[in-house]
Amino acid sequence: MSEISFSFDDKSYKGHPGEPMAAALLRSGLLTITNSTYHGRPRGVVGLGVEEPNALVQLVSGTMESMLPATVIEVAAGLAARSLTGIGALPDHPEEARYDKTNRYVDTLVVGAGLAGLKAAEEHLRAGREVMLIDDQPGPGGHLRQLGQELPPALREVLAHKNLTYLCRCTATGLYDQNYIVAIERRSDHLGNAAPANRARIRVWHIRADQVVLATGAFQRPLIFANNDRPGILLSHAAATYVAVHGVRGFRTAVVATVDNQGYRDALRLHKAGVTVQGIYDVRPGAGGPSVDAARAAGIPVRFRATVLDTGSNTAGALDNVIIRDLDTNETIQIAADLLAVSGGWTPIVDLATHIGIKPKWSAEHAAFLVSHTTDRLRTAGMLAGDFGGDDDPSVYFGPALDEEQSRHAYIDLQRDATLHELRRAVGAGLHSIEHIKRYTTIGTAHDQGKTSGMLTIGALCQLNALSPGDVGTLSFRPPYVPVPFAALAGRERGPLSDPIRITPLHQWHVEAGAVFEDVGQWKRPWYFPEPGEGMEAAVRRECVAAREGVAVMDASTLGKIDIQGPDAAVFLDRIYTNMFSTLPEGQCRYGVMCKADGIVFDDGVTTRLGKNHFLMTTTTGGAARVLAWLEEWLQTEWPDLKVYCTSVTEHIATIALVGPKSRQLLQELVKDTDLSKAAFPFMHSREATIDDIPVRIARISFSGELAFEINVAWGYARHIWERLWALGAGYGLTAYGTETMHVLRAEKGYIIVGQDTDGTQTPYDLNMSWVVSKKKEFIGKRSFQLPHLKAAGRLQLVGLLPGNVDEVIPEGAYITVHNAGPDEQGKTPHTGFVTSSYYSPMLGRAFALALVAGGLDRMGEDVVVPVGKNLLRATICDAVFIDKENLRRD
Amino acid sequence: MLYIPCPHCGLRNETEFHYGAEAGVAYPEPNTLTDSEWAKYLHIRANPKGWLAERWVHYAGCGRWFNLWRNTITHEIGPAWLPFTTKPKAPGNIGQEGPRV
Repeated sequence: MSEISFSFDDKSYKGHPGEPMAAALLRSGLLTITNSTYHGRPRGVVGLGVEEPNALVQLVSGTMESMLPATVIEVAAGLAARSLTGIGALPDHPEEARYDKTNRYVDTLVVGAGLAGLKAAEEHLRAGREVMLIDDQPGPGGHLRQLGQELPPALREVLAHKNLTYLCRCTATGLYDQNYIVAIERRSDHLGNAAPANRARIRVWHIRADQVVLATGAFQRPLIFANNDRPGILLSHAAATYVAVHGVRGFRTAVVATVDNQGYRDALRLHKAGVTVQGIYDVRPGAGGPSVDAARAAGIPVRFRATVLDTGSNTAGALDNVIIRDLDTNETIQIAADLLAVSGGWTPIVDLATHIGIKPKWSAEHAAFLVSHTTDRLRTAGMLAGDFGGDDDPSVYFGPALDEEQSRHAYIDLQRDATLHELRRAVGAGLHSIEHIKRYTTIGTAHDQGKTSGMLTIGALCQLNALSPGDVGTLSFRPPYVPVPFAALAGRERGPLSDPIRITPLHQWHVEAGAVFEDVGQWKRPWYFPEPGEGMEAAVRRECVAAREGVAVMDASTLGKIDIQGPDAAVFLDRIYTNMFSTLPEGQCRYGVMCKADGIVFDDGVTTRLGKNHFLMTTTTGGAARVLAWLEEWLQTEWPDLKVYCTSVTEHIATIALVGPKSRQLLQELVKDTDLSKAAFPFMHSREATIDDIPVRIARISFSGELAFEINVAWGYARHIWERLWALGAGYGLTAYGTETMHVLRAEKGYIIVGQDTDGTQTPYDLNMSWVVSKKKEFIGKRSFQLPHLKAAGRLQLVGLLPGNVDEVIPEGAYITVHNAGPDEQGKTPHTGFVTSSYYSPMLGRAFALALVAGGLDRMGEDVVVPVGKNLLRATICDAVFIDKENLRRD
Repeated sequence: MLYIPCPHCGLRNETEFHYGAEAGVAYPEPNTLTDSEWAKYLHIRANPKGWLAERWVHYAGCGRWFNLWRNTITHEIGPAWLPFTTKPKAPGNIGQEGPRV
């Protein structure tokens, strides 16, 4: 196979395309990849794949992803990476790679394309099912692939089956209820700089499968001994694969420490590849089987009841010698070796099964937790189910007895630098639960989430407390199984696509007029319209003055609108609103408040009766969807006998609010067929009219207290009406205003915004709106007004607030404390409410605010203190209506 | 991600639905209840370990409310039924854990 160059820590290395970067680095003789996070000890490659606890690198090429194990990065043209100690760094530029996601519904999903997974796929294909097979490796075969062996022809045929979708480099990261699986497929990194620019780097698969087969295989586990973290100490299966399959030639003399027959098979592979295996040290009193016979036949020395106790290093920190202890005599011998291959048994990958709450069961025979779970929807296969396929015969053994000094360098979690010493301290501190010990020691909390250290922790705990692993139980694994980049989860929903944007038919006009926008839910609304060189404060004052003294116009199209029709519409609204709507004459409008059953105000707005059985309800801009859902819930689940139909028409009807003393005169110039005079068109009335033959509905509704007209028109005609107003408006000084001015105007009149001036605990009474509560009829929430806590003294009530300093706009949300009230027994100054809306009023020539204050309606004129930063601002409680208490301006 | 059988649209992902708590809690005649009975209607719902009859609404689909048996421990989904129709039998003992999926 051809060789290509890649870069690691700014040096050039050679590798074969597709092989793990770890293999190429080992082959070039690089044993130490990095230093450990907390202890600064040299560390090298330990494993073969995602279980790798040491060899973390940061990509420098492409996306600059951080904290990837060198064991999973494939060598590719243009690959550049650097070593990483513990904590990764985010790149300082935005992610440019593309990510996407897709959904798939299949009959059978098989996770793992090892022998067991391939056989399961074959079985389901034969039953005529559509099968998806996913595997995190670059190719199929699992263990066979690690042995460098070809797939048997029968299984190669499985992969070619027309009903099979096989995805390599695709890792199942989570298993959820009803066989829902999320998997991430890595699609471009392995192609290096040959990857097509438009290819998604990672694709997130959302898979729903009728049946799931988990054939996730197993990780080999290490042993706990002193100085078990040196470069040159590898899992035996990884060591043998790097040497035998990837041609790593740097290791000359090896020691194998084992608890099972896997160590013998790996020793033989090392031996056949030319490594001098000094001996197999097996904790068991004896062993048999083909693996043992083959190793012995090759002349590899075997010693039973012996294991590795400690290791020594050369000046570079890499393994130099191994101390072996005889487990019967406790005698030790030192053996020179540059490779220590450790086989501590297999740990089946139970993660996915535990995601949905399946508890793995301990099998002493396998020295492993297994999931031998079978239902008609989910089953396990292969090593996960206990089919280890060989003659392993493992001993339940996790490491030799160590004294305190040895335990300080006996690592359980290499990435966290967590040692046996720390685990003993945790147990000494009285911790018994494996979950508590994990949190105390940080074992299993690194990027690898305890893939090798979890089982060692259980084992060490068993040795300390003389328990069986079955008594301790496994850790709970939670998704994701491997780290998933946030960019992959975001997919293409980034930047402007991260959330839908809703715009009104006048949006382009606002843009051209230089509006500054604010987001209200998904809507883009003009916030204010600055003139050249004008800031927000000046713009808002100018807009306010225009509305109060001349004429101003605002786009109110975002108001939620619900068309309500049916013979029982009036009855229905009587039940929904606190006030009466059945008495509302046709062609008139009424402000209404709705409560939840608990009596708390939920939304408000003006509803117009268009006909006997026809109403048009408006809701707050942000509340449209939940109000419609609320209406539907009652109609569908409580009052199916009512004949009422609700339809969202928010985006059918545009609304233009024309406000100010001159608004009538201006509008009358446009409206020829309807008399807009006070006598002919009273407040809270609605009229059908035309402008340039376009049907409009005009309503005398005011959210500012000024004379005002709301012009409702079909969405597509809004721009025309708006332009006509502007053509005529020049002579009137017509001024566009945004939401900020709307807020100032409405707050001056004490008009609330539900959700801003309420905090989810106010009844209409708390908002000084007893006038909106009907005594004559039942409605949702009425019964709750009788509950003692809703009638109690000291409830938060809506009041006005006048700051002592007329120019000081108090920040919204600021707490209000009692004037002259010292700290209480706990040394705290109790608060008595908070500011909900706060603005500067050009009309009043001063700052003012709305606030929720405990028992506030009975505290008019009281001085209070509002701490803001280090300042104590003075303010006085007052009525919430600041302008035109007599409502004279609206006519 | 639950897989929920909407009676109108068939099996759909949980993200298309909103939860509506215990099913079968009818709106009472408010004025016949004591304060404590009314507060119980407002705030108290069954929350058993095991099978529970629940209300769901397919808000991102047909917009219709329906009822559903669901096991609160194993997350198994039982049959769905429309409001004001006969409630099917619980798939297992109510208030007891069923087997894991």
